[in-house]
Amino acid sequence: MSIPISKTVVGLKKSGIRKFFDIVSEMKDVISLGVGEPDFDTPWHIREEGIYALEKGKTFYTSNAGLKELRQEIANYLKRTQNISYNPDNEIIVTVGGSEAIDIGLRAMVNAEDEVIIPQPSYVSYEPCAILAGAKPVIVDLKAENEFRLTAEELKNAITDKTRILILPFPNNPTGAIMEQKDLEEIAKVCIENDIYVMSDEIYGELSYKEKHVSIASIAGMKERTILINGFSKAYAMTGWRLGYACGPKEIIEQMVKIHQYAIMCAPTTSQYSAVEALKKGDEDVKLMRESYNQRRRYLMNAFKEMGLECFEPYGAFYVFPCIKEFGMTSEEFAMKFLEEEHVAVVPGTAFGDSGEGFLRISYAYSIENLKRAMERLKRFVEKLRK
Amino acid sequence: MKEELLRIIEKNSRIDVKELAVMLGSTEVEVLNEMQELENEGIICGYHTLIDWEKTSTEKVTGLIEVKVTPQRGQGFDKIAERIYKYPEVKSVYLISGGYDLLITLEEKSLKEIAAFVSDKLSTLESVLSTATHFILKKYKDHGTILSKKEDDEREIITP
Repeated sequence: MSIPISKTVVGLKKSGIRKFFDIVSEMKDVISLGVGEPDFDTPWHIREEGIYALEKGKTFYTSNAGLKELRQEIANYLKRTQNISYNPDNEIIVTVGGSEAIDIGLRAMVNAEDEVIIPQPSYVSYEPCAILAGAKPVIVDLKAENEFRLTAEELKNAITDKTRILILPFPNNPTGAIMEQKDLEEIAKVCIENDIYVMSDEIYGELSYKEKHVSIASIAGMKERTILINGFSKAYAMTGWRLGYACGPKEIIEQMVKIHQYAIMCAPTTSQYSAVEALKKGDEDVKLMRESYNQRRRYLMNAFKEMGLECFEPYGAFYVFPCIKEFGMTSEEFAMKFLEEEHVAVVPGTAFGDSGEGFLRISYAYSIENLKRAMERLKRFVEKLRK
Repeated sequence: MKEELLRIIEKNSRIDVKELAVMLGSTEVEVLNEMQELENEGIICGYHTLIDWEKTSTEKVTGLIEVKVTPQRGQGFDKIAERIYKYPEVKSVYLISGGYDLLITLEEKSLKEIAAFVSDKLSTLESVLSTATHFILKKYKDHGTILSKKEDDEREIITP
C-alpha cells in the first residue's frame, strides 16, 4: 500500500511560524506580540449587516465573481482612493481572503518554468503558491539599508528572459515597509521595459502612516499589467470573514473566475453583504483604527530608541522589524530565549524568508497597555544580554 | 493633533504626558501647551473617572427625570436649566427635542431621596409643568465603556 501524496506538496517548506506556534501554545502566561491580525473587533454596523443578511435568508451562493453590488462598491472604492477605474462586470473578482486571490492569480497567470520574482522578507504564501502553480520562485532579498523597499536595481538583477510576474507586497508584512510614489514609478518603468506583470498585494494599504498608500496600478501603463489584491481583513478588522478581492485585466480575471468557480464556487455570502456595508460606511472606522495603530507604532519606535535597539522606521501595516544582530544570536535563538526567559512571543524574521535573519517581527495589533508590559520585558532582556 | 489628543484622553485622562507626546509624535511641551489651551477654551471641561459604584458598598441610585417647562421670555430654557443644575445632586441637564424639554440625571442615596427632590424641589419650581421620573436599574455601558465584562484576547497566539 502506498499513500498517495504529491511530491510537490511534500517538497514545500513547513511554515516557520507554525513551528514557533507549537512551542508558544504550550506555554502559560505568555504576552504575545505575534499576531498578524487586528485586535479590534469588526465594527458593529458591519457585523450587523451580516446578521441582517442571515435573518433575511440571504444564505445562497452569489454569482461566482461575487455580488454585483459588492463589485460595484469595490470599483467605487478604488476610484475614490486610487483614481483607478475598474469595470465591475469583468475586471473584479471577490475571493476568500486575499490569500485565495494570490493563489488563483498565480495559477491563472503562470506556465511551467515561468519565473515569479518574490521580494523577501514577505508574507509566507507567495513562494509556496508560486511553486504549486508550477512556476519557479526567484527570491529578491530586501535590505534594511533601503528600509526594506524594493529598488529598481534589485529588480533588474533578478530578471531573466523567463521572468513573467513580480510580486509586490507593500505595505509589507513582516517589515512594515512601504513603497512611495517615486519608488513605484521606478519599478513600473522596469516592469514595462521588460514586459513583466505585477501582482500587487495591498492588503495593508489602508494602514499607511506617512502619506496615503499609492497603488502601482495607478501609475501610467501599469493598470493593464497589474493584478491588484486587497481585502477586508486588515482595514476593517474582518480576518475571520475571509473576504478579499482581485482586480486586473479582464483576460486574467476571466481565468481566475474559472479556477474560483471550480474550486470555491463563491466567497461566503454573509461576508459579502457585510463587506458592502464596510465599503459604504466604514471610512471613519478605518480612520480611527489607523490613528490608534499609528500611536502604538510611535510608542514602539520610541521604546526601541530608549533601549538602543536598532530599527528603521516602518510606515505601514502593523509591524515593526527591529534588528537584533548586535546580540550575536540568530533570530530564532533570540526569539526562543526571549520567550523562555521573559515569556514574550515575537516571530523570528526568518519565518518570512532567509533575509529576515537578524530581525524580529513585532506586531502592534495590541493595546498600549499590553505593548508597555512587553517593552518592559524586552528592555530587561536586552540589558541582560548586553552585560 | 488637537482632535487626536482629545480622542486619546477622552478614553484615558490619566495617561502620562510623556507617553502622550510619543503617541502623537510630538513633544511634552507641545502637548502640555495644547492641553492648557484646550482647557482655557473650555473644550476640556474636566478629567473624570468612570466608576461602577455597583461594585462598591456605597448606596447610589440614579434617576432620569423628564421635565416639561415653560420657557421664559428673553431667556428661553437657560434660566430654568440654571436653576436646576445648581443643585449638586443633579449630575447632568440636557435640553431635549421632542416630547419634553429637559432631561436630568440625579444621583442620590435612595429612591426616597430622589422622590423627595422631585416633589419638593423640582416640581415646585414655577416654570416646571410636569415631570416623569425613571430609575436606572443597571448600567451596561457608560461613557462608551462596557461596564460588565473584560473580554479576553481570543486570537491565536501567533499567526502569519
